[in-house]
Amino acid sequence: MRNRFLTRMTVAGIVTCVAAAVTLVTAQTPGYRAPRAPDGKPNLNGIWQAINTASYDIEAHSAAPSPVLELGAAGAVPAGLGVVDGGTLPYTPEALKKRNENRANRLKLDPEVKCYLPGVPRATYMPYPFQIIQSQKHVMLVHEYAGAVRTIYMADQTEAPADSWMGWSNGKWEGESLVVDTKGFNDLSWFDRSGNFHSDALHVVERFTPRSADTLNYEVTVEDSKVFTRPWKMSMPLYRRVEANAQILEFRCVEFVEDLLYGHLRKQPSQ
Amino acid sequence: MNRRSLVSIGTLGLGIAVVLSASIAAQTPASAAKAALAAKAAPAAKAYTPPRTPDGQPDLQGFWTNSTYVPLERAQGVTKEFYTPEEAQAAIKAAADREAEQTEPGTTADVHYDFSQFGLDRSQSKFTSSLRTSLIVDPPDGKIPPVNAQGQKRASERASARKAAGGPYDSVQNMPIGSRCIIMGGSGPPMMNAGYNANYQIVQAPGYVMILTEMIHDARIIPIDNRTQASQGVRQWTGLSRGRWEGNTLVVETTNFNGKNPFRGASESLKVTERFTRVADDAIDYKFTVEDPMTWDKAWTAEAPLAKTEGPIFEFACHETNYGISNILAGARAEEKTKAEQAKKGSN
Repeated sequence: MRNRFLTRMTVAGIVTCVAAAVTLVTAQTPGYRAPRAPDGKPNLNGIWQAINTASYDIEAHSAAPSPVLELGAAGAVPAGLGVVDGGTLPYTPEALKKRNENRANRLKLDPEVKCYLPGVPRATYMPYPFQIIQSQKHVMLVHEYAGAVRTIYMADQTEAPADSWMGWSNGKWEGESLVVDTKGFNDLSWFDRSGNFHSDALHVVERFTPRSADTLNYEVTVEDSKVFTRPWKMSMPLYRRVEANAQILEFRCVEFVEDLLYGHLRKQPSQ
Repeated sequence: MNRRSLVSIGTLGLGIAVVLSASIAAQTPASAAKAALAAKAAPAAKAYTPPRTPDGQPDLQGFWTNSTYVPLERAQGVTKEFYTPEEAQAAIKAAADREAEQTEPGTTADVHYDFSQFGLDRSQSKFTSSLRTSLIVDPPDGKIPPVNAQGQKRASERASARKAAGGPYDSVQNMPIGSRCIIMGGSGPPMMNAGYNANYQIVQAPGYVMILTEMIHDARIIPIDNRTQASQGVRQWTGLSRGRWEGNTLVVETTNFNGKNPFRGASESLKVTERFTRVADDAIDYKFTVEDPMTWDKAWTAEAPLAKTEGPIFEFACHETNYGISNILAGARAEEKTKAEQAKKGSN
């Protein structure tokens, strides 16, 4: 895994990663050492959730009205400072055009509206909790939204056998951080509700780093040469759901979108 | 899945995919082909100590399958609890032939994609096998107990509601839950042979056991921290599970079902109690008991053992490319239109 990762990096990539690493070090809470799992690794077990507006738009954005008239203020978009380093995504000109089209047609095109699997990293900061189940060979990320699941292979690592929505994740421990390298994506998921998107060349590297007993730093490097002119990075804290009875519940949303997707094919009462 | 079947276990005739549940292997004579497996499993049944996770739980982790040719209920005309090995092989062969017929191009039953080509028929993958004639072990006749008066009333109400909702292709909601990619067989609880892709991955962390079912990426997270059951106000397709260790056995009780996918006609008050016991490196005994006084006067119990299989489990994105629903509904509407036009012509 490490070898493959190294061999496929370009010189430019290495420079970027070094720059990213510098940022990562400063972003960590200095000296925080996480409680240990029974196998001695930092213990990331728990139910986690982002508390921000990245699910609406990972870039900085103003408050905006609901795209659905009937929802009024309940469906409106809260403002956000953005989670992207440098504030703006480095789209190629053609990709930026497509993003803007996606945004204009969001209700028709957003995979979330259709209850499709959310992709990565979007799954992490949707307004639903997810649970980390940390074992030695596999770390599972189980998301409430659509029951999306990721298996992070800590052993028996392979290349992605096929493209998928949630990608193919190989992980390793680096000090206090769980570093997850994910490829093998299809080109169908988005980053947020604002049409920010990627291609099947997407390569995501995530770092989950404990910053206190009940918070993690979540840092993501995104590389996709078909859509972006350079790798870019986002970061945010994740918060532990500390309720004693917290648990991932079913959000089996297929049922909730059937009339939206197939209602026009319903038998009409005969005239 | 394809890869798994390619590397898997050879042909039915050789019978080498057979994994005998340890208790049965100890009780019954085995054929020559199975003798080695039985010999391996039988002593283990007495002395086997499951490995432990770093936090001391009995270790159930890995990739497992409950694929089997043993039916839930004993077939008509079968009166004994166990087949002879020869009878068991014959029953497997008959079932495999029926499955092959479904998948052979050009046969009338070939209305689905080619199961054997994609390795979806059970004979191409690992399957568990025992000499049992039914998964149900209690009642002793191997059959689900008779549905009581309340259960019959509910069944007839459900049938009326289905009838009132119209034909099977009038709307997506009238189509089967599995076709709609809401939930498929296998995840349960209770966990039973899903027909194909009957694969599971178990991962444990302190306080939790997670069981991922391949079919529609269904992950059930079972807390084993003695928390109380949630309010009846929250109900789920797969219920809410609470677990505990009794020695080396993981006992999981599940209630709070939403009743929209009623297991064998059960009501929302269904309670499923599962018992997982690792009995060999490559075998987990799995028993479940079903209680629902609104449906059956008596609880019933079945055994559906898990055999170790190979990973990985691939993403089963079902809904995302569920073109079948659109095509079937569109076909039904087109047919209605044609019929209506023909009727109009006829009346002119």
